[in-house]
Amino acid sequence: MAIKDSAPAEAVADRPEGRTRRPSGTTRRRYPRRLTPYLFIAAAVSLLLLFTYWPAANLFYYSVTDWDGLDQTKHFVGADNYVRVFTDPRIFEVFFVSLYYFGASFVQIAIALYFATILSQSTRFRNFFRGVLFFPYLINGVAIGFVFLYLFQPGGTIDTVLSWAGVGDPPQWLGDPEVANWSLAGTSVWRYMGMNFVLFLGAIQSIPSELYEAAELDGANKWQQFRAIILPGIRRIIGLMFILSIAGSLSVFEIPFIMTGGANGTSTFVIQTIQTAFTHRQVGTASAMAVVLLAIVLLVTWAQRKLFPDEKVDLT
Amino acid sequence: MSKQALAGVATFAAAAIALSGCSGSGADDPSNTIDGEVKGDLKIITWRTDLVENGQFDEYIAAFEEQYPDVSVEVEGITDYAGEMTTRLSTNNYGDVIGIPAAIQPNQFEQFLEPLGDKADFEDTYRFLNGAAYEGVQYGLAIGGNANGVLYNKRVFEAAGITELPSTPEAFLAALQQIKDNTDAIPLYTNYKDGWPLGQSFGNLGGITANPDASSEMAKDPAPWTEGKDMYTIDSLLYDAVAAGLTEEDPLTTNWEQSKVDIATGKIGAMTLGSWAISQMQDAAEANGASADDIGFMAFPANVDGTQYTVIGGDYNLAVSRHSESKAAAWAWIKWFVEESGFAENEAMISTVADAPLPENLSGLEEAGVQLMEMNAAPAGEEGLLNEVASDSQVDLFGNIYRQELVDVARGAADGDKESFFADLNERWGASVERLAG
Repeated sequence: MAIKDSAPAEAVADRPEGRTRRPSGTTRRRYPRRLTPYLFIAAAVSLLLLFTYWPAANLFYYSVTDWDGLDQTKHFVGADNYVRVFTDPRIFEVFFVSLYYFGASFVQIAIALYFATILSQSTRFRNFFRGVLFFPYLINGVAIGFVFLYLFQPGGTIDTVLSWAGVGDPPQWLGDPEVANWSLAGTSVWRYMGMNFVLFLGAIQSIPSELYEAAELDGANKWQQFRAIILPGIRRIIGLMFILSIAGSLSVFEIPFIMTGGANGTSTFVIQTIQTAFTHRQVGTASAMAVVLLAIVLLVTWAQRKLFPDEKVDLT
Repeated sequence: MSKQALAGVATFAAAAIALSGCSGSGADDPSNTIDGEVKGDLKIITWRTDLVENGQFDEYIAAFEEQYPDVSVEVEGITDYAGEMTTRLSTNNYGDVIGIPAAIQPNQFEQFLEPLGDKADFEDTYRFLNGAAYEGVQYGLAIGGNANGVLYNKRVFEAAGITELPSTPEAFLAALQQIKDNTDAIPLYTNYKDGWPLGQSFGNLGGITANPDASSEMAKDPAPWTEGKDMYTIDSLLYDAVAAGLTEEDPLTTNWEQSKVDIATGKIGAMTLGSWAISQMQDAAEANGASADDIGFMAFPANVDGTQYTVIGGDYNLAVSRHSESKAAAWAWIKWFVEESGFAENEAMISTVADAPLPENLSGLEEAGVQLMEMNAAPAGEEGLLNEVASDSQVDLFGNIYRQELVDVARGAADGDKESFFADLNERWGASVERLAG
């Protein structure tokens, strides 16, 4: 414990006067002072332990029991729940649905990058457009679910607008299983694009402006500037976005849950976990599913870091 | 880490434990039994937030306190009752009188509830005892009961030219077809999106074959979705109606609140619901300029030798918390609420008291010669078996997940047909029956 050894020394070094000037400096008083750094972090650490690590530990514990969420006794069943998660095809097939969201996340990143590039330059009304693009991210996800539910209804807003454009026979946006997942993924793009946009914008703006001036003097056009300056400059943010997209598309929840409740082939792994825990009352199995999802996300992140190592960005 | 640091952490932990564990004493007091003196503070937890808000509950409380002046009653309404109670049950502090949430299995009653006596002693006086009994001990009394069947709009049926209420699945489908051909109404509304109304048809189990043991038999039946059995008939009706295009066009955008208005104003022909829904639909009719008399209720369209049967069953069961500090007062409240409060009459439910008359909204059933039947209790030791099989096989009999899949298959939105879907259900169910029997 390095802190233990160095803390008193530092305290003395930092505030020598305070120490000597204390009116009644008995030996008892030394201990509280050594404790000071611990007391400062105690509140934060105990909240972290209480609300993050303790529940997480409980999750691991539940995942090896047959608990139904209510009973006062929990029976230890070993790895049975994990075996079930990996052997029941009904549990794993929902990961295919995540592919829709993963595919959509590329569209999302592309759109976000496009707008971030344009609005980082001196475009007219750029602050207004920045606000407009970021705004959806600020809306409550449940509200978005309801808004789009009305939008996608037969004869709803989308159908009306399409009929102006002469499309007379639009599909059932949520009722047709071929279309439903694309509609939901599209909603997800609309919601989260603003977040990507702001991160890209921040990264692009941190690139020194002399580089653009130098490039312009050398006769580079906008597209060449984008490829040679912006793209390498924000490579780390793009990498981060991909990790977040993969993790996000594996754990999609609120949009399909609000809009379809997971019906019509739109169930995701998290919705299925909820149903297992609270509809089928198998909290043990559901906990195992949650642990498996965590492991998969960690694995994907690790693989991504191995494949695309974190290179230092050097624009000069 | 120094001793003092450890002591600090220990103090903090002790404080946390003290904060979370400050409830629950008094339950050990030997005089605190349901037969004791009726006095003390009473906390009632209810799912009927509408009655709490409109003041009706306060009237019940005032009437009770007049009769038992030593009791002080407080009520707490919870909107997401089933979900929130499941969490609260892990503490000792979940009120004195509760409605037994569906999450508690019969073999768990004793962990949470105070036994009220032998079931045999209640049988002469009360209906609907099976839902809250385990191994011959009664843990609760139903707040009232409902009949299962089909809710319909009389004007739509008339406009479609249906003169006689259908009493077979085929006649019912033909009637729905008539509605589709002759009116603008949606013949049968599934409420697919909200989901839970799809589970309502399960209440008809037993009524189709007039078999009061159907649910305990199903718990051991390796293939309940076989022609001639109750589940096959119930789910077939939904499947065939959807497959024939007799339900709403886009099931993903249904809306329960709107459906009440729509059936009341004749935009929907019929919905498979319990009789508890009648009063809500009638209210919707009055509020939207239609007549409450338009709402009709019929038995599930099936008959045994010309006689139709409708299953009646208890709603929520009221029970006394095992951790209550005034158990006698809680038990007094339950008996008073079931027998004297007038709740069942006000809500148009079937009274739990056996010799009370049937509510008026079920008079149509009596006129049609429909027999009311109550399901028999499961054999001792198998009270929770049906639930266990349903959980294990993930065929949620009471819910909507597998029925939504059924609707998807029926409307061609998912692979398969009726035979393959029912075969899959039988396979999953049968595997769990085998696993739990062994």
